[in-house]
This record gives sequence, structure tokens and C-alpha cells, in this order.
Amino acid sequence: MAGYKGRLLDLFSALSANALPLLNLEWITPVLGSLPLIDCMVANEVRGQACQGRSRRSALSNGRIQGAWVISEGAQNTTARVDTVDDATTLKTHSNMAEAPLWELRPGGKHAALSVSGEWVALSGRIPEFSPDGLNKMVECETLAFTMTDVGRWDSGLIEFLWGAKQAAERNNITVNDTALPMAARKLLGLLGSGPPVTKAAKHQRRFILTFIGDRVMAILSDLGTLSVVFSATVKAGALAPFGRARVRTVDVLANLRDAGPSALLIVSVVNFLIGAILAFVGAAQLRKFAAGTYVANLVGLALVREMAPVMTAIVMAGRTGGAYAARIATMQGGEEIDALKVIGIPVVDYIILPANLSLVIMMPFLYLYGCLVGITGGLVVATTMLGITVSSYVHQTLTAVPLSQFEFGFVKSIAFAFLIGMTSCHIGLKAGRSSADVGISATQAVVVGIVGVIAMDAVFAVLANSIGI
Amino acid sequence: MAELRSPDSDTGPLIVLSGITLAFGPKLILQDLSFTIHRGSIFAIMGGSGCGKSTVLQSMIGLLRPGSGLIRVAGEDYWACGEERRAVIDRRFGVLFQGAALWSALTVGENVALPLQMFTKLSEAAIYRLVKFKLSLVGLDEAINLRPSELSGGMRKRAGLARALALDPDVLFFDEPSAGLDPITSRRLDDLILNLRDGLGATIVIVSHELPSLFAIADDGVFLDAETKTAIAHGSPSELRDTCRDRQVEAFMHRERVPEEAAVTL
Repeated sequence: MAGYKGRLLDLFSALSANALPLLNLEWITPVLGSLPLIDCMVANEVRGQACQGRSRRSALSNGRIQGAWVISEGAQNTTARVDTVDDATTLKTHSNMAEAPLWELRPGGKHAALSVSGEWVALSGRIPEFSPDGLNKMVECETLAFTMTDVGRWDSGLIEFLWGAKQAAERNNITVNDTALPMAARKLLGLLGSGPPVTKAAKHQRRFILTFIGDRVMAILSDLGTLSVVFSATVKAGALAPFGRARVRTVDVLANLRDAGPSALLIVSVVNFLIGAILAFVGAAQLRKFAAGTYVANLVGLALVREMAPVMTAIVMAGRTGGAYAARIATMQGGEEIDALKVIGIPVVDYIILPANLSLVIMMPFLYLYGCLVGITGGLVVATTMLGITVSSYVHQTLTAVPLSQFEFGFVKSIAFAFLIGMTSCHIGLKAGRSSADVGISATQAVVVGIVGVIAMDAVFAVLANSIGI
Repeated sequence: MAELRSPDSDTGPLIVLSGITLAFGPKLILQDLSFTIHRGSIFAIMGGSGCGKSTVLQSMIGLLRPGSGLIRVAGEDYWACGEERRAVIDRRFGVLFQGAALWSALTVGENVALPLQMFTKLSEAAIYRLVKFKLSLVGLDEAINLRPSELSGGMRKRAGLARALALDPDVLFFDEPSAGLDPITSRRLDDLILNLRDGLGATIVIVSHELPSLFAIADDGVFLDAETKTAIAHGSPSELRDTCRDRQVEAFMHRERVPEEAAVTL
């Protein structure tokens, strides 16, 4: 242990002579000299956590000193603070003879005193809490005086502690006398507890299950109601648009068309090609067992045209475009852009919802047809490479197996899906809150509702098709 | 950790800008800008709309790297010291953004607690106490569980200030603190800023064009000009009002029209 003292003296002499000429470290010698060699411990305080021994060495080996060096002798701490950064920059030199934050309450009949000493730094993690009941037993006390004795560094940590004492005093009708505190501390204490009253947040109340269900049902009905209003307004505006009686800007429709069409081609291609290839793989494995490999074209063609292409394209568009619509409109909501539209008198339906829905409804059938073509190509690639079927026989088989009515059915479905995705995502965006978190929530909701809605609607179509014999 | 707070007697230079040029891509905002902010002062960056006040602030808090020139913080080259070192210095800064920039997904209390959770090893109980304390300093302790969207403009500003104070910063930056506030709330915020400077010993940098606030609290400053794209006057707002003879500054300080504008009719 004695070695530490010697090393410290060497260190500080070296610093004062060479590395840090700006620091006046002469005071440290008598401090160290006054310590007994035995029980001398060195700790380096980093971020309020005392870590001993090794951190000192690593700091030395890096050629820099940072933090507070604590030389402890029993309960007596002497802090020599050498704040330096890297090798050359000196921001502040500060020395004191501070201890851990200590406080003492001296009851004295009617006049009590609360004395604080030591180092009171909020982020040190050593600030004690003044118990709210700490003054309850001082029934005779009328005044409580705050005093500071040998206080080293202090910041809001000290004020927080004194504030706790002040609150406890007020609860016990004890007058606080802070005139002995520095002006800075008195100013901060004066700030506390002031300010306009704020309404407390409503406490969370327990609800009956029936109330919960009722609330949810009402919310769903209300949602359906507003959705139907928006839907009818959109249809009406869409019907009036060709006659120039809706305030739809061509430029908005074109921008939306580009976003919902050409921009989505790549992802639609990838998804449908892979779906076609996967169907061909699975079908080929089974059909080869019955020497019916050539019918893989029938399987891929029918499955894609009737179900997979419209559904997968719609799911892709729900995730890509529906989510984007909801996020965009929710962001506009947060930025009061929707309010601005309403105030100016521009119908939200004409300006936002109609272009978005129109572009989706126009582009989705084309994307569906394109998806069919790419998906059948995917099946063709697998069929020709795995089963040895020629391209011409695959195409012939597909044309024979897939009648035009199947395309018509898929075409109608894709239009319905487009309307569903467009309406729900715009509606979800419009009812979003005004925070950035609400943007994320509405985008997620739009994607989930879009995907689930597409699959549910496809089931309805399947039942209808069965009943009318398609 | 850098100590940027002034010891009682030290009023030397804390932040020094020398020959700064700032631009957004090809668009030049400010050029050859130099000024010094002293420890413990309340320094105002003044000027008309669009003169680059907030841009200067961005360059001082690490959001916009100057094209040329030097920014020294406590003698250290702020932009050349490396990202890690800059992050250490940034933690000694507290910033109140123009719109408060509270994280909307968190409550007011969580907004103040987040820096403490990220950068200290304090216990949850200690953090809660500190959060209550900081919110009480700005008169918002009752709003600890409210969301930012439930606060008024003035309350949002005060909550942003409480968050800026979370780590006991040595330098506080305010971007248009009074913008959008009524005169009473604005005056209360001015008093709060003064008390925080006196109480915490922090250096305060304010970007503003609210004259009553500037006259009330700032003791030093610089005046930026959108036309010349640099500083055209240095001094406290009161000094500039009483002694500066520059036409732009006079017009700004006395709310007059400059000759070119006088010809424009609405």
C-alpha cells in the first residue's frame, strides 16, 4: 500500500513539471505527506463509481489522468480532483477537501437546523434522500435553518436534497430559513414548487368485461360508419371526376399511378415468379409419380390466375403501398396539414383519398395480369428444366387449361382488393393521432388490416364463385 | 469528463468560433463568422429570419459540420477531436429545440429519465427522484405521466427544458425559446433561464429574435446579417440598441423598416 503514495507523488510531480504546466499541484504534497503510510488506499472515481487499483494503472499507462483521485484513510476521504482531458487540454483545475455527502439534523426546540457537508453531485449516485416523515417527530419546531459546512462541489443534487427537506418542513408547518445558503442555491430552491397548476392525468380505472366489449363494439361500428362515409364520398368524387366536377389534380393522380404501378413492378415480379416456380416444384414432384408431368402447366396456370396472383399481388400492395398511404396521411395529420386542407376548404377525399384509390384501382388489375404472366413464366422455367417439357407444349397446355373466365374472375378480385387496401389504409391514416408514434401505429394497422382483409375477401369470393359455378 | 462549467471567478472564453463557413450543399448560409462565448454568460445569437441563427447553433451542437473554420469548446477543437470525444462534450450540453422535440412515444417523465438511464448508473429510484426534481424546477412535476401531445406549447417548452437539464449540463442552448409563447409565459421562461444560469452556473446560448426577452436576459451577443452572410455587430442586445449605428441593427432593435423595405407597400 505504501507504494501507492510514492507513485502518486511521482505522478503529481511529473505532471506539475511537464505534462500539465497549467495545473498547480503544489497543494497535493502536504496532503499526501500528512497521510500515514499504512491503510492508504487509492481509488479512481469514474462516473461516480469507485473502482480501485487497476483503473489507476490503466489511466497511467494511457498517459492521461481523468476523474477524481480519492485517497482514503479510514472514513476520512480526501479528494484531489485533477480534471484533464487527454494529454494537453485543461478544462478546469479544482481541488478541495470534500467528503461524501453528509447531513445532520440538529433539533433545538423551536429552532432546528439542517446542516450539510461534503460533496453533493447529483450524478454521483451518492445523494441521500430526505425522508418525507423526517420531521414528523419535531412537533415543537417552528423554524428549520439550512446551513452548509465544508461543502465541496455541489449541483442540483444538493438542491434536490434540500427540496425534500423543505417539503417535509412544509408538511409539518415548519418555516424554512435558507438565508445561510449561497444565493445560487436559494434561487434554485425558490424555483421549486412554483409554476402554474397542471391537471393530473386521469387515473387508470378498472373496467368490467362487458364495458370493455361494449366499447370495442362501439368503436368498430363507429369505424365502419366513418369508413362507409369516406367510401361513398370517394365513389361520388370518382364519378364526378371525369366531368371535371371533383377537385382532383391530374398531377396527383399521375404521381400516385407511378407509385402504385411501375414502382411496384420489381417486387410483384419477384413474388409471382417465385410463387409460380414453387407451385411447379411441388406439382412436378407429385404429378411425376403418375406420369402426368405435363399437367403441371394446368396446376400452375389455374392456381395462379384464379388465386395466387391476385392474392399475392394484393398482399404485396397492402404492405408496400397501403402502409405508405397510411404513414403519409398520418404524418400529414401530425403536421396539421389535414387541418389546413379542411380550413382552406379543399375536400380531403378529393385531394388525398381519391387519387390514392383511383391509382390503386387502375394499376392493380394490370399488376395482376403482369403477375400472372411472370408466375406462369416461373412455372415454365421449372417445368422445362425439371420435367423436360417443351416450351410450346407448356404454353399450349396452359392456354387449354385456363379459360378466359378465370382471368375475368381474378381481374374483378384484384379491383376489389385495390379498393379495400386503398380505403382502409387512407381511413386508418386519417384517424391516426398526432404523434410520431401514431405514424408507425397507423402504418402497421394498415398493413395488418390490408393483408387480413384481402385474405378474408378472397374467401368470400371463393364461396361466391362456387355458388355461381365459376 | 470535460468540465465546462465556470468556476466562480472564471469568465474566460468557453466557445470560440473562428472564421466559420456554413452551407447546405451548394447554398452558402454564413461565411467568415467569428465570435466568442464566455463562461457563465447568457449569449444571444440575433438577427432577422433566415440569417442563419439556428444553423450556427447546429454547428455548435454537432448537427452541422462547418465547411471551414474552427469551433473551440474549452480550448478543444470540437469538430476535429473525433466522434467519441465529441459525444463526451455533447453530454455536457443541454439543448432546448424550437419545438421542444420531445419524444412523443414517451411520457414527460420518461423523456427526462431517458438521458439519465442511458448515461448514468443511477438506480431507478434515484432517477425517479431526479426526474421529479427537474420537472419541479420548471414547474411541471404534476405532468410527469402526461404525453407530450397532452401539453400546451409553453408546457412542452418547459418539459424540453427539464430534459435538457437532466444531466446537469454545463452549457445550455436554446433555439427560439419564446417562439409561440404568450408574453406572460415567455417572461416566466426568461426568469427561469436567468435563475438557472445563476443557480447552476451554466453558460447559456440563446438563438432568438424576441427583443423583450433578449433585452431582459442576454448579457452578450452577436448580430447576424442575411445579406452579408456574417456577423455585423457584437455586444449585448442593450448595447447594440443604444450604441450600434449599423442601419440593419438599428432597424432590428427599434423595429423599424430598413430603407429598401420602406418602399415596399403591402
